[in-house]
Amino acid sequence: MGEFKVHRVRFFDYMPSGIRALAFNQHNERMAVARMDGTVEIFHCSDRFFQEKIIPGREQCGIEGLSWVGERLFSAGLNGEITEYDLTNQSVKYTIEAYGGPIWTITGNQQGTHLVVGCEDGTVKLFEVNEDKIQFERNLDRQKGRIISLSWHPSGSKIAAGMMDRIQVFDVETGHSIHRMLADRGVGTSRSKECMVWSVVYLSDGTIISGDSVGMVKMWNDHTGTLIKSHNVTKCDVLALSVSQNEDSLVVGTSEGFVVQFQFISMVLEKDDKEWVRTRTFRNHTHDVRAVAEITTAVVSGGMDTQLVVRPLLDKFEVKSSASALRKINFPHRSLVSCARKSGLMLFQYPGHLELWRLGESEGQGIPGSSLLVKRKPEKLLHLKVKGEDHIRCSAVSPCGEWIAYSTASSLRLYRLHCDNNNVSITKISKIPKVLSSASQLCFSSDSSHLFSASTQSSVHLVSLSQSGCKFVGTLKPKSGSHQAIHLLAASEDGKWLASANSDHEVHVYNLHTQKPHCTVPIYSSAVSAMAIHPTTNCLFMMHADQQMFEFSIEQKQYTDWSRLVQRKGLHDIWLGRDTPCLNVMFNPQNPSHVILHDTYMLCIIDQSLPLPDGKTQFYNQLTLKSLPKEQRRSHSHAFKVCKTFKDILCVELMSDQSLVVVERPLEDISTQLPAPIKQKKFAT
Amino acid sequence: MVEKSDIRVVRCGGSKINLRPPIISNDSRFVLCASGDLVKVYSTRTEEWLNSLQGHTNQVTGIAFNPANHLQVYSCSADGTVKLWDYIDGILIKTFIIGYPLVSLYVSEKHEGVIFLHLPMATDSMNECFQLVSAHLPKSAEQEVEVKELSGVCSHISPNPSCTAFGRGGEYVAYAMHLQLNVYFFRKQKTYSFSLPATDKKGARNAFTCLACHPTDDCIATGHEDGKIRLWRNFRQKKEYTYSTLHWHHNAVNTLCFTPEGTNLLSGGIESVLVQWQYGQDNKKEFLPRLGGSILHVSASSDGQLFCTSHSDNKITVIESSFKVSGVIQGLVKGDAILTDLMIDPRSKALVLNGKPGHLQFYSLLRDKHLYNLAIAEQEYIYEAGLDQFEVVKAAFDVKGSWLATVEERGQKSSDLEFFLKLWAFDETTQSFVLNTTITAAHMDRIISMCFSSSEETTMLVTTAEDGQFKAWCQDADEDTQQDQNFWSCDFVGSYHNLKPKNCSFSADSSLLAVSFREVITIWSPDTWELLTTLCQPPGEIRDLCFGRLSCSKYLLGTTTNNLLCCWNLLTCALEWSTSVEVSKLQPDPLSENVAAFSYQSKHTDLFVFKPSEPRPLFTQNKVCSEKVHRAIFVPREEPLNGCDESSQWLNRSQLYFLTQNMDLLTFSIATEEDRMLSSSKRLLIDDSVAVTPFYLLLGKHRPQQQQKLDTPSHPAADKPKHTQGSVTIKELLHTPAHVLPAASVLCSMFVSSLLISNTGVREERESSEQEMDSEKEEEDSEGEMEPRDSQQELRAQGSVDEVTLKLSKAQERELKKVRKTDFSWMADLTDSKP
Repeated sequence: MGEFKVHRVRFFDYMPSGIRALAFNQHNERMAVARMDGTVEIFHCSDRFFQEKIIPGREQCGIEGLSWVGERLFSAGLNGEITEYDLTNQSVKYTIEAYGGPIWTITGNQQGTHLVVGCEDGTVKLFEVNEDKIQFERNLDRQKGRIISLSWHPSGSKIAAGMMDRIQVFDVETGHSIHRMLADRGVGTSRSKECMVWSVVYLSDGTIISGDSVGMVKMWNDHTGTLIKSHNVTKCDVLALSVSQNEDSLVVGTSEGFVVQFQFISMVLEKDDKEWVRTRTFRNHTHDVRAVAEITTAVVSGGMDTQLVVRPLLDKFEVKSSASALRKINFPHRSLVSCARKSGLMLFQYPGHLELWRLGESEGQGIPGSSLLVKRKPEKLLHLKVKGEDHIRCSAVSPCGEWIAYSTASSLRLYRLHCDNNNVSITKISKIPKVLSSASQLCFSSDSSHLFSASTQSSVHLVSLSQSGCKFVGTLKPKSGSHQAIHLLAASEDGKWLASANSDHEVHVYNLHTQKPHCTVPIYSSAVSAMAIHPTTNCLFMMHADQQMFEFSIEQKQYTDWSRLVQRKGLHDIWLGRDTPCLNVMFNPQNPSHVILHDTYMLCIIDQSLPLPDGKTQFYNQLTLKSLPKEQRRSHSHAFKVCKTFKDILCVELMSDQSLVVVERPLEDISTQLPAPIKQKKFAT
Repeated sequence: MVEKSDIRVVRCGGSKINLRPPIISNDSRFVLCASGDLVKVYSTRTEEWLNSLQGHTNQVTGIAFNPANHLQVYSCSADGTVKLWDYIDGILIKTFIIGYPLVSLYVSEKHEGVIFLHLPMATDSMNECFQLVSAHLPKSAEQEVEVKELSGVCSHISPNPSCTAFGRGGEYVAYAMHLQLNVYFFRKQKTYSFSLPATDKKGARNAFTCLACHPTDDCIATGHEDGKIRLWRNFRQKKEYTYSTLHWHHNAVNTLCFTPEGTNLLSGGIESVLVQWQYGQDNKKEFLPRLGGSILHVSASSDGQLFCTSHSDNKITVIESSFKVSGVIQGLVKGDAILTDLMIDPRSKALVLNGKPGHLQFYSLLRDKHLYNLAIAEQEYIYEAGLDQFEVVKAAFDVKGSWLATVEERGQKSSDLEFFLKLWAFDETTQSFVLNTTITAAHMDRIISMCFSSSEETTMLVTTAEDGQFKAWCQDADEDTQQDQNFWSCDFVGSYHNLKPKNCSFSADSSLLAVSFREVITIWSPDTWELLTTLCQPPGEIRDLCFGRLSCSKYLLGTTTNNLLCCWNLLTCALEWSTSVEVSKLQPDPLSENVAAFSYQSKHTDLFVFKPSEPRPLFTQNKVCSEKVHRAIFVPREEPLNGCDESSQWLNRSQLYFLTQNMDLLTFSIATEEDRMLSSSKRLLIDDSVAVTPFYLLLGKHRPQQQQKLDTPSHPAADKPKHTQGSVTIKELLHTPAHVLPAASVLCSMFVSSLLISNTGVREERESSEQEMDSEKEEEDSEGEMEPRDSQQELRAQGSVDEVTLKLSKAQERELKKVRKTDFSWMADLTDSKP
């Protein structure tokens, strides 16, 4: 297994942003998540909720609503603009001013022809969705007071709008209001406290469901404009509603942090008069649940406590498996940390700035498991603020620690770092080739002589770095395939190979000497979550979101024998059942058969020389092995060695001095930085 | 010669009334509950025990109203029969013989002529597997019918009957076992099962504890060990069933019940709080707290106006739908253990034993009714497991019932023992016991036994304790203390070779005190505290000790741990006789020479009744019960029986009650007595088939007699019946439950008229003179202003009193007669018109 000196890093104050809106696309099974800081993330629901795409936000760009129209994603925010995203290149396509003040909500009709936004000034604005843009069509009858929530009737002929103290129903054809339903303020509340209808849902049978700040979920009849039934769900606010595709289930997010499910059930079996009945309660959040969405097999919820919770509906599953387990997504599925392996520097990527730290040093040797005395404390060398409003998309530090590069949506910047003892200075490389306008991923070659910048159309630009500056060398383009943005780059140790992975699961290998595509790895159904090229054998080791692993020999252009063995024998159920993807692959130069992997909860070393575990063997067998005499250990051991000492891992990197850097971000630290939740009475306190 | 089987062991009052949920009659007037081998009918308004349905020979395990006739009730019993009763009249209509011990019974409106029985699997010997079978009740006119058509509905159901319920008009039956809920649909004959994980991550215990079905919707409510209530819906699908969870109880939910309209769900558990959940509005709930013991069952009346909860302290609470307690029916409280002896309160003749924690309960055996609780520990009891709280462990009455001594104890398990000896005086004005003296450190160690001297003049209490001493306590005779009350203090401390004393007993005339120290019995004179003699019969420690009574008072009886029953003659101080028998309880009868000995041998208890002077036992009965008997008491009868046969003579003056280890209160009853009671109860009940109102009961008998009276107004014999009739009326008035009586205004005149002396016959003539005299006097008073003439009369009267009557004016006489006549006609009118 091997022993490592571990730098346990806890000074990366990564703070995820709260979730504001969710939008689920039934057709491609993608979940779009909008965060408070304007980031939009795309999760692939059937691929274990892998975070496929991240579109970084901008300063002062709060998103209030997200909506899919076909395959296109729109958002609107309090800055009064509607934004369409370019999902291929993971960037903003364009923004349009709605001229109605801050926009509180946006929703598209099921036909994919129109978008409506609800504005502060009381107008509901109808936009036509064209081939390449959206076009303002007209305003519906203007109301007094802001429009907080909107919902289309599935036929597209009527719209329900939630406002302050009332719900307004519009006829889209005429633009006139048909009904006006008053939401009362609830018993015992003061007159001055108004009732906000935070969310409305319009069902195809004409039922309008509203969730309001009094804590009621109310069912209305749109034909008569009367209240059918009301359920008191919470003492606080009902913030979000979402109905399932077949309209038999409704999930409700509340500010007390729980999610309630209502189901449309016939009260007497085999009869058709159905009623909405409150059934399940999910308590997975500590703070406001600002957004909920019911997808085919699960309830997805997100809120102020920044985590995305996927709660599977067990009745939709035939067998219990990893897919039917509760999933909480706390950290992005991309590394926010890059390490200069040779100089002991670490670059932390925050949305608006970068931080460069030098690792501490320790004294002497210790027995395994003990902590060493710190001789020199870790030191923050640099705090680099981003120019402009855009947030950082990607960043990298070169292995020698001399170069820092980062990219926003609009620009790429390269810095050169001078480090003489305690004096740290950086110089910006001013003359950057024009082609390097923006990168979706950055990577330095192992000898720090080249920078690889992933660009549009799945191409990679090659830049050579020297003391004087940088020079554009060429562009690596795949022979064919999709034009999705690259999210992973891996360069070989000998500088000959470069592998790139894009969000269409394609992995291309380029020969850097010839600057030509070398080969393409067969496409696997799951996204690549981490990959690296072995320093000695030049095999590409890939981890996928569904926890499968492949080893591809670049020289022979085929999977290695070990990889085939793994696929033949299958992986252990416990390994496949883990719910976070592997985020980094490393190799131990001292022991070429060792592959080091990590996910959020564990660190794992795969010894390729040992037999693979089969379904019956004990997976976590280190303790058992310890108790066995030495002779028997060999026969009982298998390839997977899992270390669960560390928790909430953001990044693990193996430095060239054989020490491991483990960057942890305990979830408790995150929760202490969150605003205080609504106080709730707990039993026996 | 009467056979021995005439004396049989019966489960007398005090049996559990909380074994099965009580049921409320359609008109909400009666509540029925299974109690021992009876079904008892109580009034919901007065909480009075009205009658009992007697006939089962074993524990009644289930009752249910006949869905076809709401005036009939089915009951099932462990004796393997189902009986159909008319519960108002207490008449057994039919007996269905099933032949297997029954656990419970269910009925459903949809299934006519079919009842569902919960019984153990035939193949099962461990009594762990149960099944539900449907029994087609044959339609035959016979009284006893054997039911042959049994068909299994479902097997492997929970032994707890509250885990099975019929849903929506009997469309399906839901039953839960451990972690699995099953729903069987009768029409499709298909079972759907749903299971829960044994525990979830938070350590919740998910096992089902009870179940209820919504009356109109397809919704099943289940209670769980961790206090959650789940409402299951859509259970016709294998996968897409769904449930919602309600959680308030912090411990297992014992019972669930939907109100008949289905608008509310009632739940109860150990917290002794009845919770009412609004169906459909899940977070709206109401509470009815502090109901006493933990709630075991809840049931609702069919009109939803009344709820009944039964509690672990053998109590049924009647609750109105407005969530107010309207009545409490209290049975004999059986705590975790009976620590005190069984006692009889000499004043109220009530059975006294410890009941509610920290209380002594007074229980009327005659009426089978809980009278009251006497708070001894005077501390709040906390319903939580594992707490060490004060318990009454010893109690004793003196002969007259004016003093009560109690010992309460805490820390039996732990080392730091705390106990108090308390003496209570009977207060005539409040008619209850008032604390007189509390002795905090009566002994150094636990008090083992305690008895009052039996003499009537001086009361003395003797306690023996584990510290090797026995102490005599007397009331202070100090005259110099100004207080009216005299407190108790220690009079004498005795010990014997530092041995631990065990039993103490006074002789019948209190001239001797016997204290046993291990193998040795010491006899003391309480007057001089002189050790008179010691008696010893080693080996084996003395277990029980008692003096003979009446003609046998020269004998002292003792039992040893070495299975020896010894009898010493105190005059000769020698062993009179001894016999080898294992005696677990020796109980003398205070009214006769008889002594009862319970002996436990080869897994059953035998009873011997003997006189110490005679070597042959008066009465023996084998296999009284299968458990050991540690508590027994002779209860004096109100009026002695005139039992003729020899074997039952010992029961003539007093009745023997005993308590088994299962806390069943049993007694011996004689056939003649039972017959008498049966006939009396029949008489007391309805004698005709005419519209049977209590009103009729009261007045129906009245009228013929009155008519008779009117017919023969001058008959001399009419005088006497009149008297008895009046007393009968009064008796009925007093004995009929208040709720069934007509309005007081109606009764009042009736009552008064029954008290009036009749004017018929000879008596009338005899009395007329007196009455005339009275009326004359009245006249005198009223006509006070006519002084001069009166004085004249007076003067004449002074001359001769006899003359006065004669000298009444004719007019006056006429007047008087008129008054008298009108008066009686009015009376007759009244008695005639009222019924």
